[in-house]
Amino acid sequence: MTRPATDPIDRDDQPVTLPPLVATRSARAPRAISSTLPNGLDTLVVRRPTVPMVEVRLRIPLPAASSRTAAATTARGSLMASSMLFGTAARSQEQLANDMAMVGADLSVSADTDRLLFSTAVLRTGLSTVLGLLADIVMSATYPSPEVVAERDRLGQRITMALSQPTVVARMARSRRLFGDHPYAQTMPDPAVVAGLTAATLRRTHRDRVRPYGATLVVVGDVQPVTVGKQATAAFADWVGPARSSRTPKLPEFDPIGITLVDRPGAVQSNIRLGGAAVSRHDPDYAALKLANLIFGGYFSSRLTENLRERNGFTYSPHSGIDHAAAGSTFLVDADVASAVTARAMHETWYELGRMALAPVTQDELDLARRYAMGTLEMSTATQSGLASTLSSLVGQGLPASWLADHQKAVASVTIDDVQEVSRRYLSVSSLASVVVGDAGLVGESLGALATVRSGE
Amino acid sequence: MAVAVYYDVGMRSEPRGRTGFAHLFEHVMFQGSAHLPKLEHARQVQGSGGVFNGSTHLDYTNYFEVLPAGALERALFCEADRMAAPLLTQETIDNQIDVVKEEIRVNVLNRPYGAFPWLQLPEVLYDTFANTHNGYGDFVDLESATTQDAAAFFDSYYAPGNAVLAVGGDFEVDQATEWVERYFGPVAARTTPDRPPFGEPQLTEDRHAEVVDPLAATPALAIGWRVPDPVNDVEEYLPYVVLSELMSDSDAARLQQRLIHRDHLAIHQAMYLGLFGDPFDARDATSLMFQAHHATNVSADQVITAVDEELESVASAGVGANELARVQARIAAQLMCQADAVLGRTQGFAAGELIHGRADFSLDLPARLAGVSAASVAAAAGSLHAQHTAVLELRPGAGR
Repeated sequence: MTRPATDPIDRDDQPVTLPPLVATRSARAPRAISSTLPNGLDTLVVRRPTVPMVEVRLRIPLPAASSRTAAATTARGSLMASSMLFGTAARSQEQLANDMAMVGADLSVSADTDRLLFSTAVLRTGLSTVLGLLADIVMSATYPSPEVVAERDRLGQRITMALSQPTVVARMARSRRLFGDHPYAQTMPDPAVVAGLTAATLRRTHRDRVRPYGATLVVVGDVQPVTVGKQATAAFADWVGPARSSRTPKLPEFDPIGITLVDRPGAVQSNIRLGGAAVSRHDPDYAALKLANLIFGGYFSSRLTENLRERNGFTYSPHSGIDHAAAGSTFLVDADVASAVTARAMHETWYELGRMALAPVTQDELDLARRYAMGTLEMSTATQSGLASTLSSLVGQGLPASWLADHQKAVASVTIDDVQEVSRRYLSVSSLASVVVGDAGLVGESLGALATVRSGE
Repeated sequence: MAVAVYYDVGMRSEPRGRTGFAHLFEHVMFQGSAHLPKLEHARQVQGSGGVFNGSTHLDYTNYFEVLPAGALERALFCEADRMAAPLLTQETIDNQIDVVKEEIRVNVLNRPYGAFPWLQLPEVLYDTFANTHNGYGDFVDLESATTQDAAAFFDSYYAPGNAVLAVGGDFEVDQATEWVERYFGPVAARTTPDRPPFGEPQLTEDRHAEVVDPLAATPALAIGWRVPDPVNDVEEYLPYVVLSELMSDSDAARLQQRLIHRDHLAIHQAMYLGLFGDPFDARDATSLMFQAHHATNVSADQVITAVDEELESVASAGVGANELARVQARIAAQLMCQADAVLGRTQGFAAGELIHGRADFSLDLPARLAGVSAASVAAAAGSLHAQHTAVLELRPGAGR
C-alpha cells in the first residue's frame, strides 16, 4: 500500500502558478425576431438549432389590482392553472394530454402574483401542434365542474402539505413583513378562499383575464422564425380581447426595525430570512447591485458562505439574491441554521451586511464576482430552455432581448465605488427586515439580545 | 465546456460504523488540495466564470464544473490537484461534519417527507447493509470521522484507476489531451479496490412497514420492486424504463389518469427507476419506485390496489401502437433536452463509462429505447404484477 498522499505534511507549500485563463469569444447575442400579432400578442422567436427541439413559453399577465382582490386573484389563478388542461371545447382532458405527449410535449401551467405561464419543450416537428393546442386552451378551456371540484380538493391538500414546510412558512412570514396587505404578501393561496371557488368562477375569470393583450409568446429552438410567425398568427388569430391592462399597486413602505419570530415548537433548525428593497433590471444601478449581492452572499465564493458555512459550520447553504417582480424588486437573504446558533448566525449575517455597507470591497472580490456574473449569464442562455425562460422573464418585465448584451457591458464597467454606493443603500442592516422561524423557547431569548423580538405567524 | 470526474465509490461501499462517509468525503474534497488552500477551488472555478458541484450516489461520487472554454486548462489543474492530494485536516473535517449535519437537518429532520422514500424504502426492499443503511449518515458515525479515516478512504477509493474523467464542449481535442496528460499523468497509480457485487435475491414474501413523520400533515406511500440488472441484463432492463414512463410520466400516463383524474385517489403520483429517478446511474441491485401523496380519507391499500390493477392491465391487455408512440416521443424529447446542455452530455459520457464500461452508452440510448417493443413492456408489467413488493406507508404525525 502506498502511503496516502493526503497527510498534511505532504502538502506542497511552494507557490505555484495556475494555468492562465484564456480570453474566449463570447457567445453571439441571440438574434431575436419580435413582432406583435393583430390581437396584441407579442411574439419573440430565436433560431437555436442545437438539438431538434423547440422551447415554448406563453406568459399572460395576471396581476391583482388591489389588496382587496389579492386573495381572490391568487386563489383563482392557482386553481385555474391546475384546472386549465381538463379539456377544451374540442378536446377532453385525455385527448389534450395525449395530443401533447404525441409530439413529445409536457405542458405545465403555473401562476404567481404577476402572471400565468405556459411552458413546454416539444419535438421540432410538433411545434405547430403545440401552438394549436395552446390556442385551443386559452380560447376554450371548459373547466368541467366535477373535475374542478376534485382539483380544488387536491389543491387544498397541496396547500396543507406546503404549510408544513418550514421554508414555506418562512417565505410567507417574510412576505407579510415586507408587503403588509399588498398582493405580494399572498405567496400561497388562502385555503378558505380556494374552498369557496366554483367552476363557474374560473370560467368567468378565464374569460376576463386570459387575453392576448400584454401576453408574450417566446419560441426558441430548431425553427425558422418566418415559419413560426406564420404558425403563431394562424393559431392565435381568433384569440381576441380588449386592450386593457391592470397593474399591481406600488410596493408599500415597511418597518425594518426588530426581528419577527415565528414559533415552530420542536424545530431542530431555524430559518433566518431577511428582505428589503432592490432595484429592477431597468435601473442603471442594477449591475452594481448584482455584483454587491454576489460578493455578499450570492454564490459560493461569497462572504456569507465563507463566514456562516466554511468558518462556523452554522448552515449548509446560506444564500442571498434579488427577486424581480412586476411591481418591484426585492433583496433577500436566506440561511437555515442549527437552533443553538441562531442568534450568532443572525449576528454574523448583520455583521457581513455592515461590512458591505461601510467598507469598500477588494478589487479581487469585484473581479471574481464580475467574471462569475458574466460567465453564468452566458451559460444560462446557452441551452434552448435556459434562453427561452430568460427571454420570457425579460419580456415579461418589458425588456428587449438586447438587454442581455447591454447588461454584460454594464457589469464589465462596475467599480468598487459603485458597489459601495449600492451596498450602502440596499444592503445596510437598517434597511432590511429580519424574520426567524424556529423554536421560540430555544432561540427567543438570545435573539432578544440583538434586537426587539416580536412574535409573528 | 464541462469537466466531470467520477470516482467509483458511493454510499453502497460504506462500511459499518461509517454511514454517510462517502458524502462527507465529497464535502472534504472541496476543502483544499496540494496547491489550493481551502475555498480556493471554488474561487478558481467561479472566478473563471464557471459553476461547480459534486454529488454522492449509490455507486459513484462525482465532481463537475461548467466553465467558459478558456478556463479548461485551469479546471483540469484543479481536478488533478485534488485527485493527487486533497488537504485533510481535522479542522476542515469537523467543519464539514457540522455543515453536513445542517444539510441533513434541512433536507430530512426539519422537513416533512424529508428524503422520502429514498432514505427509508431501501430498508424494507433490501437486506444487506450496503443496500439498506442510511447514506446520509447517522450523526454518531459522522461525528466520529477522523483524518485517518479520510486518508484511508481516499487511498483506497480515490485511486486514479478508480476514476473516470470526461471533458465535453468547445475545445481542440489534441490540446485538451495534452493538458489531461500533463496534469493527471503525474498522479501516481495506486491499487484499485475490489468492488463487491451488491445484487440481492428476489423477495420471497410481500413486505410492509410504516413510519410516522412527526412533521407531516397528510399521508404518503411508497412501493418498491426489484428489476433486472441494469448493466449485465440491459436488454431486459430497458422495457422497465419505457414502462415507468408509460405508467407515470405525462398527464396522459396510466397512473396519472387512474389515480388523479379518474378515481381521485392521489394528490401526486410518480413511478421511476433508481432511488433518485435516474434509471442509468446505478448497478445491480436497483429498483422501480412508486410514490404517492394521498388524502387522509383514502387508504394506502386503495392506492396499492389501483397501481397493481394498472400493471395487470398493461400485462394482460398490452400496449397499443398509439400509446407506445406517445411514450417513445416523450422519451426522445427528454433525452434531447438533457443532451442540449454541455454538462448533461458530459455527465452522460462519464456515467456511461463508469457504470456501463462504455462512454458512448448514452449516445445509443435513444435508438435502443425506441426499439423496445410493446410485448416486452407488457412482459415487464406482468413480471412486476407477479412479484413480491415492499411497501412503506408514511403516517402523518403533525399535531399529535
